[in-house]
Amino acid sequence: MLLIPCPHCGERPEIEFRYGGEAHVARPADPSALDDEAWAAYLYLRNNPKGLHAERWRHIHGCGRYFNVLRDTVSDKITATYKAGEPRPDLPATEAAE
Amino acid sequence: MSAPFRLAQGGRIDRARPLGFTFDGKSYSGFAGDTLASALLSHGVHLTGRSFKYHRPRGILSAGADEPNALVGVGRDQTRYTPNLRAPQVELYDGLVAESQNRWPSLSFDIGAVNDLFGRFLPAGFYYKTFMWPRKAWDHVYEPKIRAMAGLGRAPTAADADRYTQRYAHCDVLVVGAGPAGLAAALAASAGGASVMLCDDQAEFGGSLLSETTATIDGKPAAQWIADTVATLRGRANVMLLGRTQAFGYYPHNSIGLVERLTDHLATPHPDMPRERLWTLRAREVVICAGALERPMVFPENDRPGIMLAGAARTYANRYGVKAGSRAVLFTAQDEGYRAALDLARAGVHVAAIADLRPNPDGELPAAARAAGLNIMAGTTVTGTRGRLRVSGATLGRLGLDGQVGQSQTIACDLLLMSGGMTPSVHLFSQSKGKLRFDETIKAYVPGQSAERERSAGACRGIFGLAAAIEDGFARGEEVAQAVGRAGGAVTRVAVTTLAAAPGVHLGAAPHDRDAATVKAFVDYQNDVTAKDLALATREGFRSIEHIKRYTTTGMATDQGKMSNMNALGIVADALRRDIPEIGLTTFRPPYTPVTFGAFAGTSRGQLFDPVRQTAIHGWAADHGAAFEDVGLWKRAHYFPQGGEDMHAAVARECKAVRAAVGIFDASTLGKIEIVGPDAAEFMNRMYTNAWTKLESGRCRYGVMLREDGFVMDDGVVGRMAHDRFHVTTTTGGAPRVLAHMEDYLQTEWPDLDVWLTSTTEQWAVIAVQGPNARKVLEPLVEDIDISAAAMPHMSVRQGRICGVPTRLFRVSFTGELGFEVNVPADYGRAVWEAIYQAGLAHGITPYGTETMHVLRAEKGYIIVGQETDGTAVPDDVGLGWAVGKAKKDFVGKRSLARAEFSKPDRKQMVGLRTRDPHDVLEEGAQIVANPNQPVPMTVLGQVTSSYFSAVLDHSIAIAMVRGGRARIGETLYVPMPDRVIAVTVVDPVFFDREGVRLDA
Repeated sequence: MLLIPCPHCGERPEIEFRYGGEAHVARPADPSALDDEAWAAYLYLRNNPKGLHAERWRHIHGCGRYFNVLRDTVSDKITATYKAGEPRPDLPATEAAE
Repeated sequence: MSAPFRLAQGGRIDRARPLGFTFDGKSYSGFAGDTLASALLSHGVHLTGRSFKYHRPRGILSAGADEPNALVGVGRDQTRYTPNLRAPQVELYDGLVAESQNRWPSLSFDIGAVNDLFGRFLPAGFYYKTFMWPRKAWDHVYEPKIRAMAGLGRAPTAADADRYTQRYAHCDVLVVGAGPAGLAAALAASAGGASVMLCDDQAEFGGSLLSETTATIDGKPAAQWIADTVATLRGRANVMLLGRTQAFGYYPHNSIGLVERLTDHLATPHPDMPRERLWTLRAREVVICAGALERPMVFPENDRPGIMLAGAARTYANRYGVKAGSRAVLFTAQDEGYRAALDLARAGVHVAAIADLRPNPDGELPAAARAAGLNIMAGTTVTGTRGRLRVSGATLGRLGLDGQVGQSQTIACDLLLMSGGMTPSVHLFSQSKGKLRFDETIKAYVPGQSAERERSAGACRGIFGLAAAIEDGFARGEEVAQAVGRAGGAVTRVAVTTLAAAPGVHLGAAPHDRDAATVKAFVDYQNDVTAKDLALATREGFRSIEHIKRYTTTGMATDQGKMSNMNALGIVADALRRDIPEIGLTTFRPPYTPVTFGAFAGTSRGQLFDPVRQTAIHGWAADHGAAFEDVGLWKRAHYFPQGGEDMHAAVARECKAVRAAVGIFDASTLGKIEIVGPDAAEFMNRMYTNAWTKLESGRCRYGVMLREDGFVMDDGVVGRMAHDRFHVTTTTGGAPRVLAHMEDYLQTEWPDLDVWLTSTTEQWAVIAVQGPNARKVLEPLVEDIDISAAAMPHMSVRQGRICGVPTRLFRVSFTGELGFEVNVPADYGRAVWEAIYQAGLAHGITPYGTETMHVLRAEKGYIIVGQETDGTAVPDDVGLGWAVGKAKKDFVGKRSLARAEFSKPDRKQMVGLRTRDPHDVLEEGAQIVANPNQPVPMTVLGQVTSSYFSAVLDHSIAIAMVRGGRARIGETLYVPMPDRVIAVTVVDPVFFDREGVRLDA
């Protein structure tokens, strides 16, 4: 079970959270300006990296807030968590992503 | 019954406490401290099982968790029966009932043993090769037969009568394994006050030391050092000792699964005691002290009962006071095996010969054996064994300088010991995603780079030898104390005296002069995989051990190859002439040993499996004989049968009553969300297809919510309570999903909006009063609200009081009748319900359930999201195009609706279906075609989504999603059923009061 540091509540076990998919996929400001292909990419195309992944989690059984997590998909190691809206920290990929 | 193989003295058993037990119906005796295996061996019983595939007689091979053969079913009755327990791990208690498995009619005469004769037809992967044709026979003949013939224990036939409990815990340091390294690590780790948990799967702490009779530690016998150390640890408040506790799984972020056996060893457990406790532990640091397992030798016929690991025989003698035989031969490739020969000889077993694969065994232990007068045959292999239900002899062959077997002789024996080397137990380390490293000197994998906060100590990382293991434990314990900031200073080291053993370096099959194509030299005992199976797999082109494992099933039994994996790697590496690390290594997965399902389920069984949600009015419905249905976690009143009515009769009566007079319905399960804030209307505009800005306070609107992909997600009536406040309702099942969807957008896309979302589902009880008499019923109960038709039109909401309590009174209808939904604080729900019901009796009020609600709404063509829609319907498909605010610049899902695909005329559209026979009620889910005579597969146009018999119309009604349905109104289509074809006419989906005049009454 992952131990996830919620930026609002501190370290809590995974069962208090719900996964929210890839982070930093912003909804276009004017969706009507997008052609079908660009809109489909926004709707459906997501990264699936082996290594560091920026993803959203919601502390659903806690503060209820969405926040972002940098997690290594190989080792499950969490290198950073930060509030929704903040930029992704510039961290080098961990050794497990080699 | 006397136990002829029990030693007169010695061991850790209590001879003053005899215990009786049965095995396969026969009575035996043992002592407190015995295991089932040791007690059976004390009676000379080795034969305990039949093998998985060939049904060969099998005996007790080990003295621990690695046992592949002696799997037994234990339990007095089916409610407490556990199959596939390893006899060396089953603690004996008075009255224990055990049975062998996979044999018929009996263990000593097993019909299935004919498989052994036909073994040549059952090679590796035989089921891929033999049973290919005909295909159908696989399901009905081959697979059931194979499953009946092969296999292990049977599942109990009755529900588990025991209770299981679960705990979460945290500690600074978890030490796994209380052998010499683990005890030392726990001592050092806890010296400075760090909170330490020490667990061990056995009843007694000490691990390998429990079988040690000659070594001394700190100047005392090993047993005394264990006792003193455990007493020291027990005296420390910061240490928790968990015996009978298996660490079975290493999960991310130092989360460890432990299962503690609480009552399995007791003859009469206290009825309040749970059987097992599952611990989910989070440790800052972990020290794995899992020890090492002895490897068997791979030689022809190495599986007869009476053939045993040398270390196991030593444990039975030293720890349990049991001679595993009278006349023993030892086949070893390492010094460690000699320890068993020496101790068994001391216990009175005649050691007839020691066959040592090595040409010049010359360490301290061989020297001691020589001094004891034991017959050491260096450079000797075992080429075969004799005996059927028990080994009776071993054929020993001298190896020439060329490695070929020369002169051989057969030596009579009833015990053949094997010692091929030691395999570090790296299971937990590997589960933690640490990288393993192959150590050439000990020919075994050892922990390499760690992925978690863990370290290994002692034999499990290839540090063999008692002194070295204890020192390693102290050192690692000191490290973790430091790591958690609770260093206790250096621990006083202890002196150790014992004979040193040179490590064994043999892996794979031993040389022999038999026909390699026919003899069976077992590698994986539990899955009956032999050296020739592995060789065959390599000849057939398999190279990776991951593939060979799956093809031959080696290492895939319930023991996950604890004993067999390294020998299998050795054989494959030899056959492919490659180095072991090139072959790869299979993945270790939790659990280390099988864990009872009950431990994972814990208290989540029966009524506690899922929480049950009941409305405030539930008790009234139960008192009035309601039949309930499950809707998500909710219990909802389904219908209210009277005087022996069946569901159809009750629903017909309820429907008519609502249309003719008035009905009362508990709608409390509707999801409710309070949306408040200066930007509430803007937020609603973005989340729903409808326009909200111009909705006045006190008015309601039917809202449709889409996902971003344009498909209908939820719907519900929304009341605007004030300029900045909306009372949103959702479907019963959709409430959490809708709130999460809203929170997602609010928090992550539009954090600038000043809006607050609060779930109020449980706060409001909702009483629907529906029917022509609804106003008459409510009028006298309502205070300070004018509910006249003029003052309170359809789709309006007022705040005031009813029966003296605050209410939000909605004039809404899901029935097509004049209707109100009375929202009151949930605590008043039942009282208000009862007051309305009493007042309504004069007007013919009838309680109705969800089934009637469904029929009434279907008569009106109102959709239910999730019934008419299936996640691929856009609003227009279900006739809700009118609810989409065309002028709105944006809302969630709007851009998707612009896709050309969503305005094609041949999309599935919602229509009504009318059958010719009014009593033909279509089946929901039935498929609809244009031409029923078309050969299968037919062209399917759509499916029936809702279907009922309408008592009000005296005719069946159905709603369907049909391709281009709206253009087909008037057409005849067909619903093919297994026994006939039903013709239907496509009609408008509103069956009742199409003009809606009743709503506005």
